[in-house]
Amino acid sequence: MSDLTKMSAAQLAKAIAGKEASAVEVTTAHLDRIAAVDDQVHAFLHVDREGALAAAAAVDRGEVTGPLAGVPIAVKDIVATKGVPTTAASKILEGWRPPYDATIVERLRAAGLPMLGKTNMDEFAMGSSTEYSAYGATKNPWDLGRIPGGSGGGSSASLAAYEAPLAIGTDTGGSIRQPGAVTGTVGAKPTYGGTSRYGLIAFSSSLDTPGPCARTVEDAALLHSVIAGHDWRDSTSIPKPVPDVVGAARLGATGDLSGVKLGIVKEFAGDGSEPGVLSAFHESLEALVKLGAEVVEVSCPHFQYALPAYYLIAPSEASSNLARFDGVRYGLRVGDDGNRSLEEVMSLTREAGFGPEVKRRIILGTYALSSGYYDAYYGQAQKVRTLITRDFESAFERVDVLVSPTTPFVAFPFGSRTSDPYQMYLADLFTIPTNLYGGPAISVPCGLSEGLPVGFQVMAPTMADDRMYRVAAALESAVGTFTPPAL
Amino acid sequence: MAAISREEVAHLARLSRLAVTEEELDRFAGQLDVILQSVARIGEVAADDIPPTSHSVPLTNVYRDDVPVPCLTQEEALSGAPDAFEGRFRVPRILDEED
Repeated sequence: MSDLTKMSAAQLAKAIAGKEASAVEVTTAHLDRIAAVDDQVHAFLHVDREGALAAAAAVDRGEVTGPLAGVPIAVKDIVATKGVPTTAASKILEGWRPPYDATIVERLRAAGLPMLGKTNMDEFAMGSSTEYSAYGATKNPWDLGRIPGGSGGGSSASLAAYEAPLAIGTDTGGSIRQPGAVTGTVGAKPTYGGTSRYGLIAFSSSLDTPGPCARTVEDAALLHSVIAGHDWRDSTSIPKPVPDVVGAARLGATGDLSGVKLGIVKEFAGDGSEPGVLSAFHESLEALVKLGAEVVEVSCPHFQYALPAYYLIAPSEASSNLARFDGVRYGLRVGDDGNRSLEEVMSLTREAGFGPEVKRRIILGTYALSSGYYDAYYGQAQKVRTLITRDFESAFERVDVLVSPTTPFVAFPFGSRTSDPYQMYLADLFTIPTNLYGGPAISVPCGLSEGLPVGFQVMAPTMADDRMYRVAAALESAVGTFTPPAL
Repeated sequence: MAAISREEVAHLARLSRLAVTEEELDRFAGQLDVILQSVARIGEVAADDIPPTSHSVPLTNVYRDDVPVPCLTQEEALSGAPDAFEGRFRVPRILDEED
């Protein structure tokens, strides 16, 4: 067998099914890789060697079968995993072991994917660099002095470092796609409601969407099809069949995009993208045109208000969701000396347990929801959300998908955007509109700028996730995949 | 003009049950002011007659079949609690002793 950690999930699944490699061998190879390189990368907050090997052994005994049986996976630490520590990279949940599995984790277990461990992230998924993790930042395998993106930097970095062939992320404003872009990996945000939120630690409930991270488009599609589908425990779960994303990815890989119309958004032009990002994007567009696609310019006049709308809606929902961390039912409790009141203990617990970005967003959200400001901020943002949705709907009357760079800049050096929080928010300029609309979007590597990966984003209409996989796979077939320097 | 004052941030922190330090108040007030000035552009959009969108899934009144399914045991539900007593979450006192 060639190096098991360098193989794609599809190749590994085939090797395991054909008895060329056992699931235990494959899982062991990745656990050994984690042991060898994770002190440099810090993609993992917790490694579950025993649990992963037990799940792999069950596959080898023939107890579980399926298209990805035996292929190990890393799971973002915001997803509840029964008996396995789950902290959302926050001190307030240090040591918490959930008594239940998220729906997507149940599905991973049922499909025979051994879980290697839990990946690092910005605390409660608030950030674009993992610098807001309470447990230290993850390093980008392309350059250990640079950020791996966020919030799901650990999941994407684990793929780029060959510690895992697949990973789970969650995307509220770009937390799957932007880390994918800056680590040279694939990250897909499914249609909101296409994958279950049950068992995700809630950040912004109207936006949170779990999805697949992988090194190839086909692998992402395979994982997508394992985790997606209706779940009665999530009231915004869509009761419709999952689009054939795997078939679409394989169709796209044939390199034929005849008749496919790609929309470029006029309002995204000149929006502060680095020149290297723009040139990689335009070269990719030319590659797609050679495959038969047609490029059409469309106008989405309200996209310029997406970032402000998001930074009112998401913190508002977060300030409400994070009220549950009160030192009573789980996690940290500080200052309970027998003399202090419940309110004092709550305030001391939350002060000690939350990091600065989480506190900023709780305060911002509380402000936007307070009487006197509600209509001007939260209410207005929800109306703008309607207008952004209409922009998407009218664009999709003319084109099949919209395309853009995933993020305006390549991986930036640590510390370069933490002093001004708004500079960090700009990383999500191109990813946020989709979250407000609810449609699917994928980031696929499309080139390098100054030796660092650039991501190409494909956005599709709601429940047309298959379309984005087709276009992404076609681009991948034209430009290839990108390998970071050896660690 | 500042969009948000230090006193307002202190008030919001208290509402949010965050015992922030004086140093944090100074820092957050400046940072939140920058953020609010940036998002205030949202007011430029003429949207009076536009209905709000709370989320993107057009479902209302979601039901499931009325079939009992297993749930967490009392022990499991209490397993993560910082403090539990006789099968319940134990909390610090809520009322002053003289109340």
